[in-house]
Amino acid sequence: MGKQTLIVDNVGMKFNLGSEKVDSLKDYFIKSLKREIKYDEFWALKDISFTLERGERLGILGLNGAGKSTLLKVIAGVFKPTEGTVTRKGRVVPLLELGAGFDRQYTGRENIYLYGAVLGYSKKYIDSKFDEIWEFSELGKFIDVPLGNYSSGMKSKLGFSIATATNPDILILDEVLSVGDAKFRKKSEKKIMSLMDNGTTVLFVSHSLEQVQRICNKAMILEHGTLVNIGGIEEVSKQYKEMIDK
Amino acid sequence: MEHLKTFYRRKYLLWELVKKGVKLKYRRSYLGIFWSLLEPLLTTIILTVVFGTLFGNTTKSYPLYILCGRLMYTFFSAGTKSATRSIRSNAAMIKKVYVPKYLYPMSSILFNFVIFALSLIILVPLTIYCQVSFTYRWFYLFIPLILIILLTFGVGIILATIAVFFRDMEYLWDVSLMFIMYTAAIFYYPERLLKSGYAFLLNYNPLYCVISVFRACILGTGLSNELRNIIFAAGFSVVSIVVGTFVFYKKQNDFILHI
Repeated sequence: MGKQTLIVDNVGMKFNLGSEKVDSLKDYFIKSLKREIKYDEFWALKDISFTLERGERLGILGLNGAGKSTLLKVIAGVFKPTEGTVTRKGRVVPLLELGAGFDRQYTGRENIYLYGAVLGYSKKYIDSKFDEIWEFSELGKFIDVPLGNYSSGMKSKLGFSIATATNPDILILDEVLSVGDAKFRKKSEKKIMSLMDNGTTVLFVSHSLEQVQRICNKAMILEHGTLVNIGGIEEVSKQYKEMIDK
Repeated sequence: MEHLKTFYRRKYLLWELVKKGVKLKYRRSYLGIFWSLLEPLLTTIILTVVFGTLFGNTTKSYPLYILCGRLMYTFFSAGTKSATRSIRSNAAMIKKVYVPKYLYPMSSILFNFVIFALSLIILVPLTIYCQVSFTYRWFYLFIPLILIILLTFGVGIILATIAVFFRDMEYLWDVSLMFIMYTAAIFYYPERLLKSGYAFLLNYNPLYCVISVFRACILGTGLSNELRNIIFAAGFSVVSIVVGTFVFYKKQNDFILHI
């Protein structure tokens, strides 16, 4: 305990909102001739700094557009922040949208290896975890069916099973605990809990305050890309409630 | 150094992506991977009939001559095309997980190379059929093969970067490929063009240079006349790889905002 696994230092993320999207040469020429390309700057995140220690579970609260998902993507390394730095110690497993790395034509079995490789596991490691993943995903004989024939629930279950088959040092969860049926939801929540007992640091976004309170021991409030408050779950969720009710 | 280390750690992912490309290419077709042999064979037959029989080109080694050009062109065109599309077609993944982005164009070129390497087998029966004798020069094949993969990678990574910002590049490249094909002497003999005032079309087409080296190995004419072609193709490839890697590296953090 007491070891910092995630240091977010003064992070800002700027987007250029092209007033119109330009993605073809023709558009570009016409619009630059007519001087129609102008960029509105938009800071989705500004001056965000915080640190998390091993085993801490941070809930991120905020209304739509507050910058929650952007922050998670910066931490996951998908976005490179415009300013500031993010230091991560150990393996980061992002669960941003379950099954986004899957291939439709591939079977469940093949996708386990592909997605595992994307998350940075070795073949040997996936081999050793395969049965566990398969069992947890509840796919049964569908494991050898192409993913195109899966229901969205099945896909999410498979994604969740692969991503949590290991002990990541930092786990990033964006609205993913609403996966599958009630039974699977319970099971996945339990799985997250057991990961956390093993010292995984968790960042968690959910619109359900009650769920955040159940899982996290710390919370932060984002508003228009700035950090309003960060602290113990009790205090911050109380403040958040007041914000909503205002 | 740091880059080599991350590359080493990601080699399994690269392998998985290459495997995926090969596996999915022929999935659900009855003949499967066998198509990678059948397709060049059939197009060679067609081209031989059209340009050999109908246009009266009766040189015995002509079908082999065509096949050499066809094989190399097919790899170059398939490799650069799929590299061009590689960032966009992996958009879903790029948006969710951090993976070194050069793996996408790299893997799409490598999987095409695997299919290309398999299709090279067809050269053996056709050499026998054309009664061309096998010479030790086949051992030099590694030279044009290395050249073509470097060339494809260099051109591919430049196109991949451009295509993120200007999607028109995909279509523009399809058209350009046609021009490159016609100026690479695939189904005609280059001599007449070389003697005309338009020799530069061939001499400055790196694909033609590589194909010419490749043919010299297979047809057994030897590499002594090919030195110029080897140097030009190698120089072109190295420059395009350096330029491509540089622009890709500079621009890769912006990719996500455009896909």
